[in-house]
Amino acid sequence: MLRFIVRRLFQLVPILLGLSVLLFAWLRALPGGPAQAALGERATPEAIAQYNELFGLDEPLIVQYFRFLGRAITLDFGTSTQYGRPVTEVFLERFPGTIELTLLAMVFAIGVGIPLGYLAARRHGSFLDSASVVGSLIGVAIPVFFLAYLLRLLFAVELGWLPGSGRQDVRIDATRITNFYVLDGLLTREWDAAWDALLHLILPAIALGTIPLAIIVRITRASVLDVVNEDYVRTANAKGLAMATVRRRHIVRNALLPVSTTIGLQTGLLLSGAVLTETVFAFGGVGLTLRDAITYRDFAILQGFILMLAIVYVLVNLLVDISYGLLDPRVRVR
Amino acid sequence: MTALGDYKRERIDELAARAGQLPEGDAGLSLTRSAVRRLRRDPVAITGAVIVLVFLVVAAFAPLLAPRDPVTQYLLSEIRPGLIPGSQEGFPLGADNLGRDLLSRLIYGSRQSLLIGVVSTVLGLVVGMTLGVLAGAFGGWVDTLVMRFVDIILSIPGLLMAITVSVLLGQNQYALMIAIAVVQVPIFARLLRGSMLVQRGSDYAVAARALGVRKSRIVFGHVLPNSLSPVIVQATLSLATAIIEAAALSYLGLGDPDIARPEWGAMLANAQDFLSIRPALAVWPALCIIVVALGFTLLGERLREALDPKFRR
Repeated sequence: MLRFIVRRLFQLVPILLGLSVLLFAWLRALPGGPAQAALGERATPEAIAQYNELFGLDEPLIVQYFRFLGRAITLDFGTSTQYGRPVTEVFLERFPGTIELTLLAMVFAIGVGIPLGYLAARRHGSFLDSASVVGSLIGVAIPVFFLAYLLRLLFAVELGWLPGSGRQDVRIDATRITNFYVLDGLLTREWDAAWDALLHLILPAIALGTIPLAIIVRITRASVLDVVNEDYVRTANAKGLAMATVRRRHIVRNALLPVSTTIGLQTGLLLSGAVLTETVFAFGGVGLTLRDAITYRDFAILQGFILMLAIVYVLVNLLVDISYGLLDPRVRVR
Repeated sequence: MTALGDYKRERIDELAARAGQLPEGDAGLSLTRSAVRRLRRDPVAITGAVIVLVFLVVAAFAPLLAPRDPVTQYLLSEIRPGLIPGSQEGFPLGADNLGRDLLSRLIYGSRQSLLIGVVSTVLGLVVGMTLGVLAGAFGGWVDTLVMRFVDIILSIPGLLMAITVSVLLGQNQYALMIAIAVVQVPIFARLLRGSMLVQRGSDYAVAARALGVRKSRIVFGHVLPNSLSPVIVQATLSLATAIIEAAALSYLGLGDPDIARPEWGAMLANAQDFLSIRPALAVWPALCIIVVALGFTLLGERLREALDPKFRR
């Protein structure tokens, strides 16, 4: 098992190297180059030359690349023009919010999706079944941010049941330890702060979780329908096992394997969706920061955040692979 | 094989592996014929096709169908803070926040939205297929090189990749199309390569080689045509994704800035500020996006079932 993990880790190296080349090339290819990007459109040629000299941009590309790589390895992506702070610092401050959001979205998608998909399959052909099929088709076709609009308009603006923007009420003066607001509230025993942060998570998490929900419902339903017709289920029934036992031990367990695969696949979707959802709900995670970076052309943030999110994505995929190796011994051999 | 996103790739490869097998009972029919036969009996596929067709017709004949000009600000004088004129005589869906006719904008918008969807998918298809053919036909180091490149693109979540490309290329409709296409390239490349690998090992390909048929002829005359069905299915589904993705990029401020070309994504993005005043401004373009995406998805899913023996019923 350890060898499997180590081998997988080594296989990440070429991918990450390739990514670094891509992002390096990206910054070079920007109109006017990095100097213009940093100094703005009205920068004089002298200022640009000075900037280039200062940051070693007049050296051969290969030298520049290795310097970039050296800094990237230590997670140094330069300074944000918007915040005047190191990109990594901003990332670490914002990322916990996005983690909280995506985790809750996933809990929502899995918690609702698997039971719903299972029920739909058990009552195959019923109204619930058809509704879940139609619903999951629409769930995939709906633009995430439109769903976010609707949820916010209905539950935050019209009904006022839940907060519709931010990560926490500004009037709450909470102590920050980890920047996971809910966790911070629990650690410092500021229960109202934790509760408030949790309430702020609900609407964005539902909006973000809807597409994964639709996919999970679909896969669970299809997978249960597949498994129900397997020989071993018939055998289990034939030898007189209680229906509940067959369901629990034979159907659900086997049906969930493809579902766990799908869940791993959703990470990328969630990270992408977070950019949109966070923007609608003015939720201060990496997504909103990225969107601001687009608006203000903060290239340091864009480059650093995208590379770091890609690393996160790659690592989560690795974790999923490893957990799959644990679930299914055959995977380890390949 | 690398550690990254194995499942994403396995799923692509699995689809590829099932390409070109004929369902039972349709022996003697070409795959296309058999698929068409099944689709024509399938109400869901027909629904999808009708939806797509209706929108294509609307897009093609927009100037004839739209009651008014989509850019003229007819009702500008009636707009007050907190009030946007709703449905009224001559303006069935009312006006937008600048007093333009919403219905006409929706009708004209179908042009731009479908165009972005189709062009970006075709672009992704052409580049992806070229890479896939290179990898699938040559194998060896070409295959390794192409697939590594594809893996790197797959290692960035789709929308983030599109954002990167979009920021690099600037804000115009071509940048938007390219950004969406880039995300699709690796999917098509992998799909075609996997499918070609399977076909290359099949009996007829071996037979052709034994008969001394030229390699290029085997690849382009035999293997490639038989490997296309999963790619065609994916392309249909991609049309839906592309239109939704375009809306997302518009929302992030990376859309087409030309106001003379209304587009659903931009209309939807723009509606956010007027949501509590007039939700219809968001609902209509969203509905158009959802219905069109649904049309392509239904068609694509059923096409897959028709072309894929695993789904025979």
